[in-house]
Amino acid sequence: MRNPLKSEAEAFKLVLLAIGYFALIVIAAAINTWLGVAVFVLLSAIAVGAIVRARREPPEVRTHASRSGPGERRILVVANETVGGRTLREEVERRSEGYDVQILVVCPALNSPLRHWVSDEDAARAAAQERLDSSLARLAEEGLDARGEVGDGEPLQAIEDALRSFGADEIIISTHPEGRSQWLERGVVSGARARFDVPITHVVVDLVAEREEIRN
Amino acid sequence: MSAHAEAAHDGHVLHPPEAHRSSRVEAPVLGMLLFIASEVMLFGSFFTAYFFVRVGAEETWPLPPFELPRFVAGVNTAILVTSSFTIHWALQSIKRGNRAGLQAGLVLTLALGLTFLLTQIREYSRVGFAPHDGSFGSVFYGLTGLHGAHVFVGLTLLTFATIRAFRGHFTPEHHAGVEIPGIYWHFVDVMWIVVYATVYLL
Repeated sequence: MRNPLKSEAEAFKLVLLAIGYFALIVIAAAINTWLGVAVFVLLSAIAVGAIVRARREPPEVRTHASRSGPGERRILVVANETVGGRTLREEVERRSEGYDVQILVVCPALNSPLRHWVSDEDAARAAAQERLDSSLARLAEEGLDARGEVGDGEPLQAIEDALRSFGADEIIISTHPEGRSQWLERGVVSGARARFDVPITHVVVDLVAEREEIRN
Repeated sequence: MSAHAEAAHDGHVLHPPEAHRSSRVEAPVLGMLLFIASEVMLFGSFFTAYFFVRVGAEETWPLPPFELPRFVAGVNTAILVTSSFTIHWALQSIKRGNRAGLQAGLVLTLALGLTFLLTQIREYSRVGFAPHDGSFGSVFYGLTGLHGAHVFVGLTLLTFATIRAFRGHFTPEHHAGVEIPGIYWHFVDVMWIVVYATVYLL
């Protein structure tokens, strides 16, 4: 649903809708009081139905033009806790082979809803920055030139923000395995596929298994 | 060495860190949204009082011997609704780089808003009852007066925007100083439509 007061143009539409809504109710009530009540109920039900339908509608697909030249490839990597995972690094390496590649790693600053709404994001961003720095260092060790940024706490918004400045050819989203991943539970990968017209690869990083492998 | 100099020497910046933000909602717009949300709650409490009085009243409304100046208020409604069109025109003009349209739109909006407010004050002097004349008088003046106060605030914001427009501020890219008062003005307009429809017409 679009916020009716997010911009002046949306607020102006709200004025027009309010005029129509109340004009119909007043005209109906002038004919008969109960007709006015019926029109009020009917219009309110239509308004609620429209809001519910708008919430269910699949999001608009956002197109983003790639900025790569011939032989070049831009890869957007979106990961949070799994950003340092070996599986993710291997996938990035594999996809970079044979290309002059530019990599942008985005770590959404995950935060609690309360902290998000009171703009208390410093701790979340600091933690995301720390993970990002260590991941970039590892990618650099393996010869991959990557830059990174901390993104919005909402992963899909973070992808959209990144795509605006970085015309990616593909997106790699890294998550924990099913059952442990909040992003999978919230449908981030399927949501991204529905929302962006860029090829999306989902990489599952099992940090527990990777740590076990290292110990053994 | 002073504390400031020490801080600078240690490499610390001498101003607050930059706020973190995403493109989801611009901070000034978010501020206005939160403000409007609180305003909706304020108006909600006044409407609750109005409906409380209204539901407990007898068949005829307003209660005799009160009479509401529906026609004058209707003309005033048309004036305020028109002002929503003019502020919209002003903003669309600056988005297209038309500075004259911006200035004309803002001046017209200001004039229409002022006319609305003066007409409302005139209406108060002729309506024939006062806020202390029973619950109906209290709730009528409470609701319309609360709205009038909002119109006054909106006019103040628009005055600043108009002065800035004539000083050459605002561009097609940067016009938050018009957009945000515009959102507020439309909110004031919607609230009046609700007040007029419920208090004067229904």
